[in-house]
Amino acid sequence: MAFAHTLAGTRHQFPDLKTLLARASPPRSGDALAGLIAASAAERVAAQMALADLPLRHVLTEAVVPYEADEVTRLIVDGHDGAAFAPVAHLTVGGFRDWLLSEAADAAALTALAPGLTPEMVAAVSKIMRLQDLIAVAAKTRVVTRFRNTIGLPGRLSTRLQPNHPVDDPRGIAASVLDGLMYGSGDAVIGINPATDSVETMTTLLEMLEELRLRTGAPIQSCVLAHVTTALKAMERGAPVDLVFQSIAGTEAANRAFGVSLALLDEAWEAGKALNRGTVGDNLMYFETGQGSELSSGAHEGVDQQTVEARCYAVARRYRPLLVNTVVGFIGPEYLYDGKQITRAGLEDHFCAKLLGLPMGCDVCYTNHAEADQDDMDALLTLLGVAGCTFIMGVPGADDIMLNYQSTSFHDALYVRQVLGRRPAPEFEAWQQAAGIADSAGRLRFDPAASSLLPALPLPEEQP
Amino acid sequence: MTESEPVPLSSPAQPGPAQPDRWAHLRRHTDARIALGHAGSGLPTAAHLAFQAAHAQARDAVHTPLDAAALLAALAERGWPAVAVTSAAPDRATYLKRPDLGRQLSEESQRRLSEPVRAPDVALVVGDGLSGTAVQANAVAVLEALIPKLQAAGLRVGPVVVAEQARVALGDPVGALLQARASVVLIGERPGLSAADSLGLYLTWEPRPGRVDSERNCISNVRVGGLAPAAAAAQAAALLGAMFAQQRSGIRLDSPAPAAPPELPGAGAP
Repeated sequence: MAFAHTLAGTRHQFPDLKTLLARASPPRSGDALAGLIAASAAERVAAQMALADLPLRHVLTEAVVPYEADEVTRLIVDGHDGAAFAPVAHLTVGGFRDWLLSEAADAAALTALAPGLTPEMVAAVSKIMRLQDLIAVAAKTRVVTRFRNTIGLPGRLSTRLQPNHPVDDPRGIAASVLDGLMYGSGDAVIGINPATDSVETMTTLLEMLEELRLRTGAPIQSCVLAHVTTALKAMERGAPVDLVFQSIAGTEAANRAFGVSLALLDEAWEAGKALNRGTVGDNLMYFETGQGSELSSGAHEGVDQQTVEARCYAVARRYRPLLVNTVVGFIGPEYLYDGKQITRAGLEDHFCAKLLGLPMGCDVCYTNHAEADQDDMDALLTLLGVAGCTFIMGVPGADDIMLNYQSTSFHDALYVRQVLGRRPAPEFEAWQQAAGIADSAGRLRFDPAASSLLPALPLPEEQP
Repeated sequence: MTESEPVPLSSPAQPGPAQPDRWAHLRRHTDARIALGHAGSGLPTAAHLAFQAAHAQARDAVHTPLDAAALLAALAERGWPAVAVTSAAPDRATYLKRPDLGRQLSEESQRRLSEPVRAPDVALVVGDGLSGTAVQANAVAVLEALIPKLQAAGLRVGPVVVAEQARVALGDPVGALLQARASVVLIGERPGLSAADSLGLYLTWEPRPGRVDSERNCISNVRVGGLAPAAAAAQAAALLGAMFAQQRSGIRLDSPAPAAPPELPGAGAP
């Protein structure tokens, strides 16, 4: 279906929904690279006005990637819950924005609505929202998940402890794990990106973290972020796999480039559930996404990068994941050019995922070839904290020495918890005191010798 | 302390509002920025400025051009035939914004590689990627270990193709034009704060335009202090052996050694 809007005497036309969405998208380098960006600021606003007038239900009738050709589209269409959609079915996209901002849209209403929303609906409304709107609405949502602790409760902000090492050295990783735990990090997951994707590496590192967990009674979950096929092999061989990880994308073709399909993810999810390792819940999938990955594999199907990113969340929610995060600034300046574009993308992804019912975190990050620095990260971190982001990364000194990019540090997490009054997951918080990491008032002690951690990690005693 | 000396991350036993951490001895196990100490919940001044200095150096490294002439001379010294090419990205600024151009050969380079050659088993491509420094520091050392291993295995090695403004997938049109059965692309990885000189090796069976990332095998962090060049060459030779036996690469390759690229969108691949 074609759309048009006249602005200041100029009639702007958009041949179909995916073009309308692309032209309405706030500017970013990836859409320019794909040739999808609005030709002018006026064309963008005209597209936003046309989008605001679009009945929300129209989005259900016009797929941005053909149903017959794409299993992600089929998942979105076939899984749509019409009854849950009913409360907003009469609204336009613009009316939906007003409703989201209104008092009627409280936590309970948003939770009930989530199965009735599609990725394209939430992407559409995000394009006519300012940062303030994205934050205000996301802050009203509640998404709670559980494995060995409870993630996403009000007043909480969790962290993934990310102790990567360039050659997967267990002692080097253990040193970073200790550093992170002493700084209060790790309640979302202790998650290692392996330099070498192999069953052997995965098993060695998981066994080290299993030993730490069993010897200290920590209510934590571990993950080695290898390819899902590696995790399947590791599970077959009896490795202690808690969370099953995979990077995912918003089209069938882009998932193929990642070496995955829904059938493969189904198989991995079933294998993870069969291990029955969760204690307080069975949310065990961990997904990572990020704007631009579809275009980077040439599989964006002509859809703008923010809309196709939102389609990842349809894939993710099929598996009731414990954690999802958008690795927002990792992909580079050809997709998100600078701090301003990274900031908006992080807040868009968080908003869209939360509306769709996902436990969304954000890897607040940048690379050295992007026009961004620590000040940009501080701003996005603070905004996401206010928006109620589920978790952030904790990397020693914000410097990931294996993946070669800058994320948030253990210090950054303490900062945002302090200024916003947020705390870690309750089970983890209690364990910090029991394990001697924090004192009885919950203050970090910064004293490994007073904790139960040292004997549980493969770290040799200090030579006198 | 002079200006050129590195700033210590924290100074133990120094009284003041910044608190050092008690596990600084663990730094011998990792280059990660652990035991930085803290001032309130923030970084002590010295650690904060050390980070800023490292970021400044990495930013500068991204924009340091590859000295292709010096590299070609080093290859000639060792008696290896080499050919210089450029991608379709005319300069660094375009390269950073247009990765698609970095995956295609310039017209002139296409002509140069279209001259008749005896199709090699393995095409070797050295590309600047996002760190010319990494190529300068490590590429020749990897080739010195790799080429004899391949020759000993009876594989025919093509001329070393030195590519400027190159992305990983530039190896696909190069491999197609040379009619190579497999390719090894040695390329500068995105600089990090502590490693601006890290080289990546990407191996592809039947390199042809249109290959996707999951069809490649990757060996990353090749540098002094990371994976040593000789060890990387040994891994690459083992992977190539598996590829020639199984006629495939990437996640479908059953290999004794490392397999697929690291699992993050973008994957840090240049």
